[in-house]
Amino acid sequence: MQSLKPLSCMKRSLAAAFVAGGVLSAPAVANAQDDGKTITAVMHSGLRVLDPIITTAHITRDHGYMIYDVLTAVDDNFEPHPQMADWEISDDKLTYTFTLRDGLKFHDGAPVTGKDVVASLNRWGKRDSGGQMIFDVTESLEAPDDKTLVWKLSEPFPPLLGVISKQSAVPPFIMPERVAETSPDEPITEYIGSGPFVFNKDKYEPGASVTYDKFEDYVPRDEPPSWMAGGKKVNVDHVVWTTMPDNLTAMNALAAGEIDYLEQVQVDLLPVIENAPNVTVEMGDPLGFVTIGRPNFLHPPFDNKKVRQAALLALSQEDVLATMMGSDKYYKVCGAIFGCGTPLGDESGSEPITSGAHPEEAKKLLEEAGYDGTPVVLMQPTDVVSLSNQPVVAAQALRQAGFNVDMQTMDWQSVVQRRAQQNPPSEGGWNIFFTNWMVPEISDPLINVMLSGRGDDAWFGWPEDPEIEKLRDEFAHAEDQEARKAAAVAMQKHVMDNVNYIHLGEYNMPQARRNSIQNMIPSPVPVFWNMTKEAE
Amino acid sequence: MFSYILKRILATIPVMAIVAVFVFLLLRLTPGDPAAILAGDAATPAQLERIRDRLGLNDPLHIQFFTWIGQMLHGDLGTSLISSTPVAGMIGDRIGPTISIAIMTIIISVLLAVPMGVIAAWRHRTWVDFLVMSFSVLGFSVPVFVIGYILIQIFAIELRWVPVQGYAPLSDGIGPFMTRAILPSLTLATIYVALIARMTRASMLEVLGEDYVRTARAKGVRENVVLFRHALRNAAVPILTIIGTGFALLISGVVVTESVFNIPGIGRLTVDAILARDYPVIQAMILFTAGIYVFVNLIVDVSYSFFDPRIRY
Repeated sequence: MQSLKPLSCMKRSLAAAFVAGGVLSAPAVANAQDDGKTITAVMHSGLRVLDPIITTAHITRDHGYMIYDVLTAVDDNFEPHPQMADWEISDDKLTYTFTLRDGLKFHDGAPVTGKDVVASLNRWGKRDSGGQMIFDVTESLEAPDDKTLVWKLSEPFPPLLGVISKQSAVPPFIMPERVAETSPDEPITEYIGSGPFVFNKDKYEPGASVTYDKFEDYVPRDEPPSWMAGGKKVNVDHVVWTTMPDNLTAMNALAAGEIDYLEQVQVDLLPVIENAPNVTVEMGDPLGFVTIGRPNFLHPPFDNKKVRQAALLALSQEDVLATMMGSDKYYKVCGAIFGCGTPLGDESGSEPITSGAHPEEAKKLLEEAGYDGTPVVLMQPTDVVSLSNQPVVAAQALRQAGFNVDMQTMDWQSVVQRRAQQNPPSEGGWNIFFTNWMVPEISDPLINVMLSGRGDDAWFGWPEDPEIEKLRDEFAHAEDQEARKAAAVAMQKHVMDNVNYIHLGEYNMPQARRNSIQNMIPSPVPVFWNMTKEAE
Repeated sequence: MFSYILKRILATIPVMAIVAVFVFLLLRLTPGDPAAILAGDAATPAQLERIRDRLGLNDPLHIQFFTWIGQMLHGDLGTSLISSTPVAGMIGDRIGPTISIAIMTIIISVLLAVPMGVIAAWRHRTWVDFLVMSFSVLGFSVPVFVIGYILIQIFAIELRWVPVQGYAPLSDGIGPFMTRAILPSLTLATIYVALIARMTRASMLEVLGEDYVRTARAKGVRENVVLFRHALRNAAVPILTIIGTGFALLISGVVVTESVFNIPGIGRLTVDAILARDYPVIQAMILFTAGIYVFVNLIVDVSYSFFDPRIRY
């Protein structure tokens, strides 16, 4: 062998590497926009659907609150307040007259008129279950002039204001008439609202990034902000939502000051960020989420009430929640189907599910029910972290109680397609699946879709349950809060007895922010008004 | 040569047609419902049915297929079922980061791997060879996300030389571009350095035993000329093949690296579309990927004749 000469080539490579190193070692990174005018946030999911009426996706609802406004909104006591409009109710409680406040403008400069509101409410009423109930008793909805809206009912509907003020899943966002005339089964293609932020179409990359600019002409209300109600004062010029599929990357980016806010911190990764300087980890959402199991009422064995009751006895909220969240700081055993701490929350009849697993009692009930070992097809989605653990714990608990469980793993898309199948489980159907809801989505009988007992027209699982329909009707026509609460408690007892679904408790996810972000409003929906950012 | 290239381009038409039919059928046979993703969890079965009608998902399969093919023949990749955005625009937005990272990865890989492979072959069965092969095994064996996190920890969190995540286009300036592209490129390059170095070493070992190499050395030609002009050029064909395939793989998306470094590239777009059963996006992406492979293979084939004049088309 001869001496090594060809290293000139390697030298060139090394030189190139040093040049690159020189570029890189230039003073580090000012990735976060630290001018105090732009907030960069990582939300729980990427924004892909821009129509907040066609979908119940939370990220699209959050987007809705950025660019649209609502007629009325709830505060942290669940009380409706005027937002775009004040209201008057006639003595016979059949006519609601709304008056739009001054200064309301869409982002294209056009004033918000009664016609826009009528068209928006009509479209929303065809999509939202609560809205459909109002329109079932609506005689007319008209705008006699630009500022006024008159809603006439054929019979009193006391929860009307509560339903149109709801914060989730589909609030009645107000859009221009020409946009709101789009079919409710077709996504809108123009994204103009009258809310505090303007959607920046040029910077939108579906699923990757969305930018909102401050709407300079927005006139906030004078009242202090509280949840979705009160003044929406914007203190920054831009808000950027960037999607980070990897939670660890998002936490590193927050610690390095590259982003300002992380909506959900994965609990098992908390140690990465808990002690990071200039970062605060806290509970931003005061209510959190519930996790549930939904049996299929059409096929054996869950077409039998005693078998459903046995399943309720077999399961333990504590076991499911502990497996999901790891730390009891982030979950709560709670038997209230309307959520603990909400106005209608009540835990009556929930002991079977809140006091641990009762496999022996469940076995006895199964015997009484004559359960013949029919396999229970239990669907387990593996690609959604928040939904992949409950089925595993539930399957084991059900087996211990004597159920013959056939746990089938699949992706979430396969679950959503299969749960719509009414066939018997042996022919592509199913017996039980699990999902999660935000507490505001189950906190009211008119909003909670799992409480519908209208058979084929009900939510997946299709219970035919005249009793719960009667109770919902009683709730809808209750004159005062006391009567509403009584109806809600009756529903709570009924659901625990009939096992319309299995309420598996509450959990919550912490949020994290740079300390430069201040004045955030604690709310079930993350909002960016009132928030301030100091330069770091 | 020209007629060869023309023939190869024409040959892509049946390939793409077969891919199109296959992808279309495969997607329709896969469980999933884009209407359910669009409408969200609380939608009732009746609402989903109406949305499916609106999106044309209830049309007979052959109608859906010919509608899509008709759009494609008019140069229209369709519109996303989920985001209602033109698919061409979505791919256009995402292709820049992917191509940038792919090119940078290949440049780094070739600059490091080819000399490593040549030296390993030249110093066959010495500690240099052992070192190069050990690195190669390591590059293959360590998962790419682990390398990514280690690089982030060292260079972004400890040293703070570069950002943790994100992408900046070249139009933002060479500094922002380089600081964001270097870590993902280095991460991906570990696999390609390992692969190309091994391939270079194997090819070089074969060639270094040939008579013409011995002759060149006997004539007193300098060793670097023997290695890089005589031997490497003759060993180039398999190396070029592996570089070409690697580049096509990088362009078709590297979802893990894109996720770890938060790069809005083609890989994430494809995976998101698959999870949402966004048929037009998936179909367009698979056709696009097939096209990339056909194109890259063509370039590689044509480049063979540049390195080895004996190859003629």
